[in-house]
Amino acid sequence: MSDLKFPIYLDYSSTSPCDPRVAAKMAECLTLEANFGNPASRSHFFGWKAEEAVETARREVASLLNCDPREVVWTSGATESDNLAIKGVAHFHSKKGKHIITSMIEHKAVLDSCRQLEREGFELTYLEPSDTGVITADAVEKAIRPDTILVSLMHVNNEIGVINDIESIGKVTRENKVLFHVDAAQSTGKVVIDLETMQVDLMSLTAHKTYGPKGIGALFVRRKPRVRIVPQIHGGGHERGMRSGTLPTHQIVGMGEAFRLAHEEMEADNRRILSLRTRLLSGLEDMEEVYVNGALDARVAANLNISFNFVEGESLMMALRDLAVSSGSACTSASLEPSYVLRAIGRNDELAHSSLRITIGRFTTEEEIDYAVGKIREAVGKLRELSPLWDMYKDGVDLDQVQWAAH
Amino acid sequence: MAYSDKVLDHYENPRNVGKFDDSDQSVGTGMVGAPACGDVMRLQIKVSDAGIIEDAKFKTYGCGSAIASSSLLTEWVKGRSLDEAKEIKNADIAEELALPPVKIHCSVLAEDAIKAAIADIKAKREAS
Ligand SMILES: Cc1ncc(COP(=O)(O)O)c(C=O)c1O
Repeated sequence: MSDLKFPIYLDYSSTSPCDPRVAAKMAECLTLEANFGNPASRSHFFGWKAEEAVETARREVASLLNCDPREVVWTSGATESDNLAIKGVAHFHSKKGKHIITSMIEHKAVLDSCRQLEREGFELTYLEPSDTGVITADAVEKAIRPDTILVSLMHVNNEIGVINDIESIGKVTRENKVLFHVDAAQSTGKVVIDLETMQVDLMSLTAHKTYGPKGIGALFVRRKPRVRIVPQIHGGGHERGMRSGTLPTHQIVGMGEAFRLAHEEMEADNRRILSLRTRLLSGLEDMEEVYVNGALDARVAANLNISFNFVEGESLMMALRDLAVSSGSACTSASLEPSYVLRAIGRNDELAHSSLRITIGRFTTEEEIDYAVGKIREAVGKLRELSPLWDMYKDGVDLDQVQWAAH
Repeated sequence: MAYSDKVLDHYENPRNVGKFDDSDQSVGTGMVGAPACGDVMRLQIKVSDAGIIEDAKFKTYGCGSAIASSSLLTEWVKGRSLDEAKEIKNADIAEELALPPVKIHCSVLAEDAIKAAIADIKAKREAS
């Protein structure tokens, strides 16, 4: 009857498995008999053949984004792309100004790049999201100063899946002659990206959240109007000097194929994934004291981030050992650190601690969702029976008024 | 995080879960921790006139190690005198459950809980 395999993978926003069609293409680029050459070798067949595969992949990536292939620079992933875009712009334009705008809920790759620039003397503004998790064009416009050189915001948030209106923000940045970098690691294959209409100057991409391999990504760098950056990795001058290093043909071919499939199958994937998310949510939302984190209507189909009040996150994860999901609390030290994203959208520590991020993908089945719903309900029920906070809530005690003996 | 078999056992089959009526003069209640820190323990002991802990119950909001620490504690305190129970050390709980260093605070909280419950019953007795 059941062909469920445990643990069930529901953490697609962390990484996705390679699509078997992607893996097959990659395997054709490794051995002596296959396409193993160095794409930079100009003097022989092996190099030419590898270069051709790399350029085909570049066209696939460009085609998903609706940009020119010459605007695509290969990197090792979105972390490197974020570093290259932010530091690259800052270092090139530092004479013009030293102010950069970003948000409190960016990925660490952006936040830590910004922190580094602060140490180098740049000034940062961290925009606070709305309680639905959105950064508005209006908020960006208000934060722009005469010395602002860059705005860096994500397209889709990795924790709550909320989508920013990149088109509106791009209008504001372009009108104010400020460069606009977008981290799109979580949006390829999930939301339409059209760089003809979006006035984005730089865009970070990664393959491994879109059924491609880990360790490969790209940075879109606009040619018209031309965007200039200072390279962060020096060497053989690959990628028009913006990113040196021998190109990993198999990785690039994998990303190209993954993005080609995303382009072709996005609509059908999204429809199916949305119906699974709806099924998941309707299986959970009738429980008491559950909260969806972030806007539900401006969110990618794949994401559900939900908090179960009066239940602690790590014990919940322990009860859900046969589900691979993420928790909003990283209890790696004595002091539990609740998710900074959930805190920034106004969730208190308790709700942040009790959150689950469930992300659905191309290979998720209805049966897996039904199993997850049953398991989560059972675990939350059990842990609430164990929870003194649940008792107090049921007795009508206002937990905010209690004097806790903090330790 | 890998859990020891003993933590898993207490987590899967917690002992003595529940609640006594706090207005009962023979019941001492210790509530420690804070929701914002990610753990709250409520330990209750039922004490005979001779000062022996006859029964114990707990409820814990917290990670698996916090649940296991308080569950184990209820087993240990039963049958002990208040003075004996006061001697229970967090290190003993941590050792019994093979808690990793990052989870030692769970056993500290359990020790705080029994101390608080004992203080509560003593205060009740002095007041009456
Ligand atoms: C929004 C966002 N930016 C950047 C990254 C980092 O990407 P990569 O793993 O390709 O370095 C991730 C994923 O971890 C992400 O979700």
